[in-house]
Amino acid sequence: MTVPMVEARGLHKSYGGVEVLKGVNLTVSRGEVTCLIGPSGSGKSTLLRCINHLEKHDAGELRVDGELVGYEARGGKLYELNDRQICHERSQIGMVFQRFNLFQNLNVLENLTVGPTKVKDLSEEQANKRARELLVRVGLEGKEKNYPTQLSGGQQQRVAIARALAMEPKLMLFDEPTSALDPELVGEVLDVMKDLARSGMTMVVVTHEMNFAREVANTVYFLDQGVIEESGDPKSILTSPSSPRLQSFLSKVL
Amino acid sequence: MNGDESVKVVPVRHVGQWFGMALLALFLAMLIHTFWSKIPTGARTCHLVNGRYRCHANMKWRFGWNLVFHYFTNDQVLKGLVVTLELTVYAMIIGVILGVIVAIMRRSQNRLLSAAAWSYTWLFRGTPVYVQLLIWGNIAYLYPKIAIGIPFTHIYLLHFGANSVFTSFNAAVIALGLNEGAYFSEIVRSGLIAVDEGQTEAAISLGMSRGQTLRSIVLPQAMRVIIPPTGNEVISMLKTTSLVVALSVLDLLGAIQDIIGQNYQPMPMFILASMWYLIISTVLSIGQFYLERYFARGALRTPPLTPTQRLRRDLRGIASKYKTRRGVQVGTAP
Repeated sequence: MTVPMVEARGLHKSYGGVEVLKGVNLTVSRGEVTCLIGPSGSGKSTLLRCINHLEKHDAGELRVDGELVGYEARGGKLYELNDRQICHERSQIGMVFQRFNLFQNLNVLENLTVGPTKVKDLSEEQANKRARELLVRVGLEGKEKNYPTQLSGGQQQRVAIARALAMEPKLMLFDEPTSALDPELVGEVLDVMKDLARSGMTMVVVTHEMNFAREVANTVYFLDQGVIEESGDPKSILTSPSSPRLQSFLSKVL
Repeated sequence: MNGDESVKVVPVRHVGQWFGMALLALFLAMLIHTFWSKIPTGARTCHLVNGRYRCHANMKWRFGWNLVFHYFTNDQVLKGLVVTLELTVYAMIIGVILGVIVAIMRRSQNRLLSAAAWSYTWLFRGTPVYVQLLIWGNIAYLYPKIAIGIPFTHIYLLHFGANSVFTSFNAAVIALGLNEGAYFSEIVRSGLIAVDEGQTEAAISLGMSRGQTLRSIVLPQAMRVIIPPTGNEVISMLKTTSLVVALSVLDLLGAIQDIIGQNYQPMPMFILASMWYLIISTVLSIGQFYLERYFARGALRTPPLTPTQRLRRDLRGIASKYKTRRGVQVGTAP
């Protein structure tokens, strides 16, 4: 049996006394799309941010591609990784944010090349070539010289996806990628994500787009108050939820 | 009213503004008159005309313009000006480097580093720069010999006399630079705070290190906030260097005071010094404008116009207005 891409066992996380994750178990298989749904404050984003170590989990075990996140197990002890090792772990995981977070001081092309040139030591030409290919893929050829503020929200988010892909990650994390977009721009971003899913990318998506979850996800996890209330394949859990919490959540969002 | 009729709009008349402008113009005219007027020197000149003495009072420029322009490019003055510029540049370089380091230390998670940074700012911002200048100028009283070695032993790797290092010029540069660093660190800090946290998160998500994130992403964006107060600081420094007269450094003001000692004409010389300071600060302001424009790229959809671009736009505006008046083009509401 192959090692799952992400595996969390009894994950805990607190912010100053408030427990946000209360023992979360999660398995993400390779090449699959996993959607995390749930009301705000349920811990979806925190779980996602733990996966690339933007947040440090307090207890439990979290593995990406079989490797512990943020720690190294040697001789029965856990050793905290140093900054360089953590950077290396992160460089293999792409992250897309709700508010795009494109680098404001760099143009579109530079946004896509800064990671590969600084972190992976790619040459300028190689990075530019890859960046141009990715821009074509997300439908933004010809925007290389534009600055982020000159683009629409949907275009910015597509650049952000391309920026993450430029690092050739083995896993992509999406933190409510369409929540900050005008309704008419949501489609273009979801199309890029669907295309990415079809290409076999392993994706974890925090989303409120139930149609996307139904259509693309292999597994849907419903989080509420820091625990996973229900999980399973989207058809069954979104159409015939068993827990009353998911039932009431779905009645509000659908 | 149908759409193709154009309506004449009568703007509000600002009577008060016109009155104020007239008053201001009057005061300006008075001031300019004093610039270009002559006053009696106190002496009189008499000539023998047709067997009688005719006398009249000797007159001189009130502002001593002849002296101002006579000394304007005097060797001593120019040498002093160079010293002033050197002091400004060196002190600012020290201040900027120190400021950036201290600002980053201040944000460090290491308590010792952030406490050290805080204490430095506290000390150098909390005492007058003039006092600091005097202390560094007289540091040899405290440390006649400077040695690098192992504390509490007599083992020295390097030692030299304080006066050979802390010449009055060096002491001035160190004093001004250290003082500037304290202020500049706060400017840098405000710039770093102004950059959205999401930028850092995005950068480290790509696997960039803290240092790379700071250099490639955060600092360039902080620059937009840092530049305007930096322009302020440079201009302020240019003028603060005049305090080094206290250490008998012959900067612009020092040279001017020397000349006053020879010609006993203080006011024209002070005006001369003011003119030089004004010229340099004007040049610096122009530089600041272009620097701000450069660092605004990406942050603004349209960068601010340069003065020549603005002039061209204004001229176009006047031209189109003229056309509208002649009825060639019907103007639309702005």
